[in-house]
Amino acid sequence: MIRKSQAKLGAFLDKAEKPIQWLITLCGWSSIIFVAAIFIFILKESWPAPLTLNWGEFFFSHRWIPVPAEGNEPTYGAMGIMYGTLAITVVSMFIAVPLGLGSAVYISEFATPKLKETLKVLIEFLAAIPSIIWGFIGLVIMGPIIQKVFGVAVGVNLLNASIVVGLMAVPLIVSISEDALRAVPDSYREASLALGASKWEMIYRVLFPAAKNGLLAACMLGVGRAVGETMAVWMASGGTDNIPENFFDPMLLLERVKALTATIAGEMPEAVNGGEHYQVLFIVGIVLLTISVVINVVSDLIIKGFKADKA
Amino acid sequence: MADDTQAFSIRVNDYNLWYGDFQALHHVTVDIKPGIVTSLIGPSGCGKTTLLRSLNRINERYGNVKTTGEIKILGKNILDEDVSPATLRKNVGMVFQRPNPLPISIYENVVFGLRSHATRKELKKSTLDSMVEEALTEVGLWHAVKDNLKRRATGLTLEQQQKLCIARLLPLKPQIILMDEPCSALDAAGIERIEELIAELKARFTIVIVTHNMAQAKRASDECIYMYLGEIVEHSPTAELFVNPKEEKTAMYIQGRYG
Ligand SMILES: Nc1ncnc2c1ncn2[C@@H]1O[C@H](COP(=O)(O)OP(=O)(O)OP(=O)(O)O)[C@@H](O)[C@H]1O
Ligand SMILES: [Mg+2]
Repeated sequence: MIRKSQAKLGAFLDKAEKPIQWLITLCGWSSIIFVAAIFIFILKESWPAPLTLNWGEFFFSHRWIPVPAEGNEPTYGAMGIMYGTLAITVVSMFIAVPLGLGSAVYISEFATPKLKETLKVLIEFLAAIPSIIWGFIGLVIMGPIIQKVFGVAVGVNLLNASIVVGLMAVPLIVSISEDALRAVPDSYREASLALGASKWEMIYRVLFPAAKNGLLAACMLGVGRAVGETMAVWMASGGTDNIPENFFDPMLLLERVKALTATIAGEMPEAVNGGEHYQVLFIVGIVLLTISVVINVVSDLIIKGFKADKA
Repeated sequence: MADDTQAFSIRVNDYNLWYGDFQALHHVTVDIKPGIVTSLIGPSGCGKTTLLRSLNRINERYGNVKTTGEIKILGKNILDEDVSPATLRKNVGMVFQRPNPLPISIYENVVFGLRSHATRKELKKSTLDSMVEEALTEVGLWHAVKDNLKRRATGLTLEQQQKLCIARLLPLKPQIILMDEPCSALDAAGIERIEELIAELKARFTIVIVTHNMAQAKRASDECIYMYLGEIVEHSPTAELFVNPKEEKTAMYIQGRYG
């Protein structure tokens, strides 16, 4: 009885071998297929706007007026919202990179084993906080603080969004940098310490160069996180798409900004399904998707370089 | 007192060491002379590495190490609060069991220590260049690498790597060089050349070498310390220890009864 069913199973498996192989191959390729499918889907939803859109205006104007006053044509100048995304990304990385690398160094080089475990759990917890909660933090905690400290009327602005997004990116940066530091052979540490280097010298003269690629990849993924963040940015950034005249004016931190992601999330519900506004929002989606694919590919290449170095 | 520091460069006095609850060294008392090679032998796990790593305090890296007693190096108790490990390690160099050049250029490996210890003015390029040449010449590596100084040191052969690990100590002008089984990763030819190198260096330094290999201890050292279970059993001139051991335990070990 058992033998019979086993034989049957065997025969089935023999016959099924080819399809199973295909299935497994398909799984392997699925990520590529998904990315391509998403691209195609978004492109299809945006059609035919890519043909009719004034691309010059899209990239070089900040007049994003999808729903104009009576009698005017809508304009889709996305430069302001691209600036918003760029500004939030850059400023948030000024917060997230030092904080993330610093914590990773502390966890990997200074903390006792017990503390190390505790901190890692805490970091994982931080990573698990939903972005709407971060948005709340920006809105009801950071906002009033910024109002008080800087004496401004509105507390949601570039600074607020950047702090929130920066904190959100920290756990990712910490865990990947910590992996990279841990992968540095202990013999390098001993070699440098035995030559009389202090612990700090060991860290910046030996560990950082040796873990360079992993650390860089960690930062790149942090950037990806910042670019793609939607909900918290929407709540904490204020939502005005002005282009500043001087990009290095520190007062810009207190200006309200609007990001690509928040624009899509905010306007999609009001856009008429299949209308031009709707289609252009999908073009904005393509821009975002392109940025994040590029970031991921670049960080992947960096990580690959770091493995090749080791070999 | 002044005489003492000249006669002995390392004086270990009633030194005990614990890893957590485990006592790895028991009442170690031993004096080591400059200008000769002293070998540390004994069965696996007897504490040779632990004792060696106490002499430049690199043992402290492990959080669970506790010690009592005294280790005087050049007249100063290195376990005192006011001793900086960095300065100590400048004077007490170490060569590891597996060659561990840093993943930077050959040149930068040689000047690594100087960059930590010398002032900016002393770090002139011409000074560094000549130091690198001198150190690499001394270990017999100069001709092999002089055209590739910018190459990564990790690409050298193991023997060359180990020579580089010795060379990078020299610009710091240490008084003492500690070596933990420096030949265990090398082939016979490599072992021979490292032993020759040790013989050339010994007049100017205090060299302490841990070895598993009794033949090597016989060949390469002038005095020999036999350790067993964390204690020093015997410390004699090498020739004597192998021919005429004072202790029963030493005799058993050199006859190969254990270890
Ligand atoms: N970091 C550590 N934590 C706890 N115990 C340790 C540690 N390092 C060494 N020991 C223990 O201390 C004892 C002495 O170890 P040590 O490495 O000094 O011996 P050894 O004589 O160098 O041995 P081998 O010849 O195998 O290198 C051993 O019992 C070892 O298990
Ligand atoms: Mg050992």
